[in-house]
Amino acid sequence: MRYIARLANLTLTDEEVKKIQKQLSETLKYVEALNELNTDKVEPTSQVTGLMNISREDEIKPSISQKDSLSCAMTKDNGFFKTKSIHEFK
Amino acid sequence: MKIKKVLVGLEIHVELKTKSKMFCGCANDSDNNKPNSLTCPACLGLPGALPVPNKEAINKTILIGLALNCHIPQKSKFDRKNYFYPDLPKGYQITQYDQPFAINGWLNLKIQSFDKLRIDLFEPERLLPQSRRPERSRMGQNSKLKISIRRVHLEEDTGKSIHTEVCGEKVTLLDFNKSGIPLVEIVSDPQMESAEEVIAYCQKIRKIIQYLGVSDCDLEKGQMRFEPTINLLIEDQGKEFYTPLVEIKNINSFRFLKRAIEFEIERQYQTFQETKEEKSSGNKTTRGFDQVKMVTFEQRHKEEAEEYRYFPEPDIPPFRISEKEISNLKSQISRIELPEAIEKIFIEKYGLNDAQIEVLTEEKSLAKFYEDCVGLGGDEGISSQEIANIIINKRIDYQNLSPIEFIKKIGESKNKFVLDDKDISVFIDEVIKENLKVVEDYLKGKTQVLGFLIGQVQKKALGKADPKIVQKILLEKLPH
Amino acid sequence: MNLNKLTITEAINGLKEKKFSSEELVEDCFKRIKDIDEKVRAFVTVCENEALEQVKRIGGNVPNAEKPLLGIPFAVKDNFCTKDIKTTASAKVLENYVPVYDATVVKKLKEAGAIIIGKTNMDAWAHGSSTETSDFFTTRNPWNLNRLPGGSSGGSAAAIAADMTIGAIGSETAGSIRQPAAWCGVVGMKPTYGRVSRYGVIAMASSTDSPGPITKTVEDSALILGILAGKDENDATTSPLLVPNYLREIRVMGEMGGISWIKGIKIGVPKEYFIEGIEEEVKNNTLKAIDVFKKLGAEIVEISLIDPKYSVAVYTILQRSEVSSNLARYDGIRFGNNRTFFGQEAKRRIMLGTYTLSAGYFDKYYLKAQKVRTLICQDFEKAFQKVDIILGPTSPCTALPVGITKGASMFGELQDILVEASSIAGLPGINLCSGFSQDGLPTGIQIIGQNFSEELILKTSFAYEQATEWSKRKPNLE
Repeated sequence: MRYIARLANLTLTDEEVKKIQKQLSETLKYVEALNELNTDKVEPTSQVTGLMNISREDEIKPSISQKDSLSCAMTKDNGFFKTKSIHEFK
Repeated sequence: MKIKKVLVGLEIHVELKTKSKMFCGCANDSDNNKPNSLTCPACLGLPGALPVPNKEAINKTILIGLALNCHIPQKSKFDRKNYFYPDLPKGYQITQYDQPFAINGWLNLKIQSFDKLRIDLFEPERLLPQSRRPERSRMGQNSKLKISIRRVHLEEDTGKSIHTEVCGEKVTLLDFNKSGIPLVEIVSDPQMESAEEVIAYCQKIRKIIQYLGVSDCDLEKGQMRFEPTINLLIEDQGKEFYTPLVEIKNINSFRFLKRAIEFEIERQYQTFQETKEEKSSGNKTTRGFDQVKMVTFEQRHKEEAEEYRYFPEPDIPPFRISEKEISNLKSQISRIELPEAIEKIFIEKYGLNDAQIEVLTEEKSLAKFYEDCVGLGGDEGISSQEIANIIINKRIDYQNLSPIEFIKKIGESKNKFVLDDKDISVFIDEVIKENLKVVEDYLKGKTQVLGFLIGQVQKKALGKADPKIVQKILLEKLPH
Repeated sequence: MNLNKLTITEAINGLKEKKFSSEELVEDCFKRIKDIDEKVRAFVTVCENEALEQVKRIGGNVPNAEKPLLGIPFAVKDNFCTKDIKTTASAKVLENYVPVYDATVVKKLKEAGAIIIGKTNMDAWAHGSSTETSDFFTTRNPWNLNRLPGGSSGGSAAAIAADMTIGAIGSETAGSIRQPAAWCGVVGMKPTYGRVSRYGVIAMASSTDSPGPITKTVEDSALILGILAGKDENDATTSPLLVPNYLREIRVMGEMGGISWIKGIKIGVPKEYFIEGIEEEVKNNTLKAIDVFKKLGAEIVEISLIDPKYSVAVYTILQRSEVSSNLARYDGIRFGNNRTFFGQEAKRRIMLGTYTLSAGYFDKYYLKAQKVRTLICQDFEKAFQKVDIILGPTSPCTALPVGITKGASMFGELQDILVEASSIAGLPGINLCSGFSQDGLPTGIQIIGQNFSEELILKTSFAYEQATEWSKRKPNLE
């Protein structure tokens, strides 16, 4: 659980971990039902549209202004977004 | 205990030269100094934004694949690579996981010794102690090596993070101008066995990509980055052991690359002596390279294996590349002259040697300049060898000179010295008659005035006398 | 004047005939909001100042070919980005977020002249089928304030049912338009996936999210869909297929007294959709609706579809996996609050989604779900070889009481059991009011069609609507 929380970048209290663990198990039990279906020769579907080769021309479109870009940030500094330091790096 | 073999595989990241970013229309401009001025909802990872792939970037990626002899599979798609880092605005990177645009290519390398590789060495090369040199060295005059290229795929670059201090507090500043720039990743098999081979490989890839015109590969601007993965095969008392894999992230110069690999070989050997830890599926680590201390350092803890939870990118439909498109791109490549083709011409048609070729093909624009000059020079009776030597020795500023001007200059200097020995003789006699005092000084032992006399002859000859010939005849005429 | 009670079509006609001004229309809506939204709580943000300013700029102009919605008030679900207007997805993480751009749907509404009067409440991040999981407050069902409106587009559905707006926009990942429409007795259309652009819609499950209209009548739905649909260069999953003139199709049908065309239409009724535990009155009203169609001349064919429980499993896995990825960008650095502000439901879904994508479990869950998804698509294809459209109940129950969702691990997905299959397959579907329970709560039927068959669905729906009186009934909120 803790490992999953770390992967998901979530901080959970002990109580939350217990609760979510229980709920996760319940959910996983429900979805076990899928094993009743034989999918040996079935291809997975990740795109229901059937579309292919969608791309755009290499053209420049106007960007948003620096002001707009930073407008929603809580902490900024001189045109940069600012956040607490990542301790791993020097 | 000794190192039986060194194994290095390489991941090279190349920033493509396109007008706009990979998944949005923001300008692809690494030179822009104003932070966060080239962003939009997509590359900033704002809620609700969606990615739309850049067609040109895809074409350029396939061109790279073709230039590296890859197979272009019919089916291809983008996937999400999920991890958290402040410079990754969406919390995932759009990349290619199991269906990249190009696979199974190869590259031929000619291995040369280090001094021919032309890397500026910060310090004199320190040879590894004899006992630790790899057993088999493939270095040699004409040794060839074929490196397998596993895949060439396309992804987006992250933003830039600057770790610094503001008001005494350690912070990370973020600039997303770089976020979303198209990045090609070239992955090789772990077939290289020394820093020399790695450098040769990287230099060749760089050259090919520059010749394709798909990236400037400016190392200082970070347009090309190297990530070697190294481990050793160690032999100890008849048994063989592999050391754990180590990936070194984000090296942006050949000098650092060489140093990083050499340092890492030593470090892994030492470490193995202490810990006897062998390669296993869970113990690959990541290290960074410290450019100041010139060492590699641990970046992530061993326990936390990177778990990326790849899945197909639902916002981008898959690609099916038709035979027609591939043959279009193949013919596009055939019209671009790649380094190997040019090198072949230089050898066969112009009779140049390896050293000359290396200099003249370093930049595609220089190679083209040379070819143009040879074309023009033919009419003027100036040989390809002559042109090559003048360019190389005189360090011609070819970027600010047209081939026509250059050939004209050579021609002029050849035609400059039109006077024959008889005419020169006449002028010399005159000069001697007019400068008897100086001649006296010369005969007394002041040999340096010879230059003055030669100069006087040149003046009379209006520069049309070859100074070497003037000197020769003058010396003959002067009484001893 | 109670102009807020009008449908979009009636409002447009009224404006054109100068029976009233757009100012009066918009003001009546705000008046209604002030009167009852304290009780219903459909709105997160009411944009009175912006709206009135926009209306002033209209002057004396009326809806026309260029601006077909000129002056018509719209309520927009709060997961659509609206430039300079707070957009929260009813989540604390975004409680103060103001986007710098408009969603394509919003842009199209504005270009058509619509007036956005407010952003409606939803389940936070669209994670739910009740609107009770909003991080802010629970919206109440206008038909009974102790009941839930359904979700996740509960706010929009309630606003329409209570006549607080003339038109509304919602979004459906699996049921989020159809189910609240069923619980609130209004028309909710989920278009084919890729018919309407998702650009600017705060993503939940990228492979099924579909924005769509929530309206008082089928005609309104056709009008709005025609304006919103179409390829968008900002959304690579939108279809290049031309957009039919849905409204004209319906009008032509209406003029020709045209219900007779239904003769011969084959309507498939899947027996599996009458699940165990379905409310008796929902079932009966569905059967009554089938009778109506029979009388209209349609041929009713009993069909069999894959057990819906498998759709729930597929949807739960795929949706939560995509959610875990789509919610990764909320780190509080560039906007919004940090991840500690996520509610319980969001955390739960992120955790499951992370798990099902992780190494060692990917094949068992995610890949398996994608394969079963193929089976579901094939199952529908097979069914549509026999029938033209599929009909069934939308939700197995009427509006449930407030408080019912607390702590349930899969409430949302289980509630949507009858709509998930069609959502997973990307198919279009509509909810129509099929009657009322003894308690006075609406029941709903859904009509599902093949990809891009919205025309057929709307025509069939229109025929049903004309043959019944349900759309005329209104909740008593005074």
